[in-house]
This record gives sequence, structure tokens and C-alpha cells, in this order.
Amino acid sequence: MSGRKRIWEAISFELVMTVIAVIALVIIIAPSLVVLIVSFTSGFSLRFPPPGYSLRWYAELWNAWQLHFAAKNSLIVALWATGLSVALGVAAALAISRSRMLSARLLDSLFMSPLVLPALAFGLAALMLFSLVGLPVSPLTLVIGHTVVCVPYVVRNTVAALAQLEPTLLESSAVLGASRLYTFRRIVLPLIRPGIIAGAFIAFMSSFDNVPVSLFLRDAATDMLPIRMWQDLEGKLDVTIAALSGVLIIATVALVAVMERVTGLSRRLTN
Amino acid sequence: MGAAPASRDVTSYGMGLAAPLALFFLVFFVAPLLQLLWLSLHNDTVGLHWGLGQYLHFLTDPFSLGVLGSTLLLGAEVTAVCLVLGFPIAWLYQRVGPKLQTIIILIVLLPLLTSVVVRTFAWIVILGRQGIINATLQSLGIIDTPLKLLYTQFGVVIALAQVQMPLMTLPLITALGRIDPNLDDASCSLGAGSWRTFFRIVLPLSLPGVIAGCTLTYAAAITAFITQSLIGGGQMLFMPMYLYQQASTLQNWPFAAAISIIFLLAVLAVVSVFTTIGRMSRGYGDA
Repeated sequence: MSGRKRIWEAISFELVMTVIAVIALVIIIAPSLVVLIVSFTSGFSLRFPPPGYSLRWYAELWNAWQLHFAAKNSLIVALWATGLSVALGVAAALAISRSRMLSARLLDSLFMSPLVLPALAFGLAALMLFSLVGLPVSPLTLVIGHTVVCVPYVVRNTVAALAQLEPTLLESSAVLGASRLYTFRRIVLPLIRPGIIAGAFIAFMSSFDNVPVSLFLRDAATDMLPIRMWQDLEGKLDVTIAALSGVLIIATVALVAVMERVTGLSRRLTN
Repeated sequence: MGAAPASRDVTSYGMGLAAPLALFFLVFFVAPLLQLLWLSLHNDTVGLHWGLGQYLHFLTDPFSLGVLGSTLLLGAEVTAVCLVLGFPIAWLYQRVGPKLQTIIILIVLLPLLTSVVVRTFAWIVILGRQGIINATLQSLGIIDTPLKLLYTQFGVVIALAQVQMPLMTLPLITALGRIDPNLDDASCSLGAGSWRTFFRIVLPLSLPGVIAGCTLTYAAAITAFITQSLIGGGQMLFMPMYLYQQASTLQNWPFAAAISIIFLLAVLAVVSVFTTIGRMSRGYGDA
């Protein structure tokens, strides 16, 4: 291959890859920006660009009690589901992370399976079980259902944090006479804490955003925010939903920024 | 539990710590799925008559098979779009400095953590009759009447691809980061051009990441209830909505259970195909 052809090839390759990458990044980020801009419209439609700008739909949001009610329910369920996921998930991660036993590997697959299995099928299955044992849908059934689909994130992030832990640290601690509990509290826990927090954060976000499980396990008394929004959007294109989306986008950006500081979230998800 | 007490292995914890979660999963995950399976094997709604009637109904009904087919096809289309768009992002990530790397990761990560309803809603604003695409094309004089973008297969694929893109990109970034950059230089100095190096060296070595990304994207795309129903509208029916209609609106639980099981098996089949390809390629990747 001649030198000139080589250079031309190198340039064409870099150009094509970079252009596609930039287009892809724009496609990823554009929708959120569009919603943010539209949410400040002064008009009654979702026309883009908006005819003028105002905060009227954010003010409207203030009085949308149905959305407040749903948001409160979602928040309570997400907090309980996250708490339960951390308690059960961290303990399980400690047990399976360093074990080479077959049972540990099987348990690992079991705990991860909600990530790939269709959550809607699980939602229906859970509803059937609860109605069979006579447990009516309630915040409790929601918390149980959400925990099943959120716990994998805690397990995975905690296992990853434990894998980075130097076993010699634990041996030194034991040699120096520390009890297992003391070593756990003073050495293991501080080192894996960022991993646990990152897992808990993702679990919380995915519970707050869950639709497929909530769809079957809630009723009118336990309306959940994503489902309320979905049903509002099915009926009419309400600009209030744009304002609510704006609030959710800004809250997500803020939370991710905090998590990036506390846990180094971005490195954690690519290693 | 299992470990010999005398050995006092201080670096690992007993399997007993996994018992609470294992029990929780047994009661609230495995048992419901088994009950789902049990109900799907009955011909009546109360579960008195065993039979394969529900499955026969699904597998002999062209409408049901069509829904299954279009769902599996949708997943393939979305996965392909995500791979074509996501790979260059991962490639770019390896070529820029740490500051830009963090920015790229955060751009990829933010949508993953933003509510799916919000992201789908954004696509309604973009693809709608008065949406950005139609408004731009009309102001440029390219079209007279608005194009129908919402409620089309194209709309569903592009919206789902954006929603699931992080699931593809993150494993790819990890996989590309593990490739020895010297291989790239070696290939080039041995006379291979950039394209050849990419398709013969970089792509095969990143196969584990491609497999992981495709598995996650595919599984997420075919179960994405919200995006499918809002962008696809009433005329396009995919498995999740079909399941929901049968269970909720029609209260036909045994048939809904059979749909769930068939859907589950379809997902598992696809995942295991991906995993097998991954396992076969592993030897190649290590070489």
C-alpha cells in the first residue's frame, strides 16, 4: 500500500469515527435539552422553538396535587426499596464475592437475573402470588417488588468494590489481633463504602423510575409518578409534564454530580 | 457456614450471609415465576384443567406470532443502531484526555439515570407533527406537509436506541480500555491500513464488550414498555403491551402467563445465543 493511500485511509477512518461519535453524543444529550427548553414555553403547545419563555408551567406544577401525591408515593417506595436492597444486597455480596464455590456462582446468577428477565413478566407473576396468598396491593407489595429488581445493582457494585480490596489488609488486621467484626467496621466497610453508595444510588433511581413492576403492584391509592406521567401523556400532551420533566432532569444532573464527587460514579461503571 | 472453622480464612465471609437475600428471592422471585409457569399450563382461568391450550393458542394464532416476531425484530434493529452509534463513542473515549473522558462518560450516563418517561416524552416533542424535525424541514422548504414520524417503526427504533444507548456504550468503553494500544501500532507498522486494523484487530478484541452491550441493549429494548407504547401508539403492538392488555384489561391471566413464559424464553434464548458467541470468541480474544 502506498504511503499516500495510507494517510488518506487513516484520515478517512478518523473522520468517519469522530463524526459518528459526535452525532451519537448529540443524539444522546439532545432530547433532555429539548425538554428543558420546551418546559419554559409561554404557549400551550409543545412547539419547538417555543413562541416565548415563561415559568408558568412550573407554577402550574405547584398546584398539580395528583402529581405531588404520586411523587410522594414513588419517593417513599424508592427509599424503602433502596434500604432493603442495601441490607440484603451487601450481606449477600460479602458472602459470594470471594467464594469460588459453585453455589456462590449460582447465587450470583440468580441475584443478577432480574436485570435480563422481562420485568413486566415478573410484575404479573408477583401480582398473581400476592393475590393467591391474599395480600392486597399496597406500598408493601410495591417495596417487595421493587427490591427484587433493584437489589442486583447493589450486589454488583458491592462485589466489584470487594474485588478491589487487598486480601493482605484483612490478613494484617487479623494478625494484629483485630476481631472479624472490628476489621469489617474499620477496614472493609470504609473501603467498599463508595461502591455500596453507588449501587444504592442506581437502585434508588431505578426504583423511582420503575414502571413494569409498579404497573401490576399499585392501585389508585398508591399511584406512582412514572405511571401517572405515562397515563397523562397517553391522554393529552400536557405541558405540565414538560415542567415536571424539567424538574426531574435538573434533579438527576444534581444527584449525578454529587455522586460523581462522592463515589467516582463514572469510573466505577466503566471498570 | 460451609468453611471449615479451623482454617480461619479471614479474607472471606461465610455463605450464610447470602441466606437472607437467597430466601427473599426464593419467596418473592422464584416462587412467583413458578406460579406463573403453573398457571400457564392450564386451560381454564382458575387452574383446574391442566393442558397446553394457552401455548397452542399463542403458537397457532398468526396475530400473536406476529407480535412476537415484530418484538424480536425491534430488539435486533435497536441493538444494531446502538452498536453502530455506540462503538465510535467508545473509540473516541480512548483517544481523548481525561477531562473529555469524564464529559463523555457523563453524557452517556445521564440519560441512563434520567426517567424513561421523560426521555420518551422528549422524543414525542422531537418527532411530533409540530416537532423539531418537521418544523425544521418545513422552514427549509423541503416538505410541505408534516411527515408522520411518531407512531412509526422508525420513530420507535430511534427513540429506543437513544434510551438504551448507555447500556451498549459502557461495556464497549470498558472492553476497548483493555486492548493493548501497541497492537494498533503493530498492525499499522506491518502495513495494515486504519480500516483493516479496526476490523481485524480492534473489533475482534472488543468482542466481549460487544456481546455484553448487545445482550443488555436487546433485553432492555424488547421489554421497554413505556417507549414502545408512547412512541409506537395504539397501532403497533409489542409483547409487553400485549401481555399487559391480556392481564389487565381482559383479565385473561392464564393466557397472559403463557405470553410471559414465551417472552421469557425468547429473551433467555437470545441471551444464551449471545453468551455462546461470547464464549466461542473468548479464546480468539485471548490469543
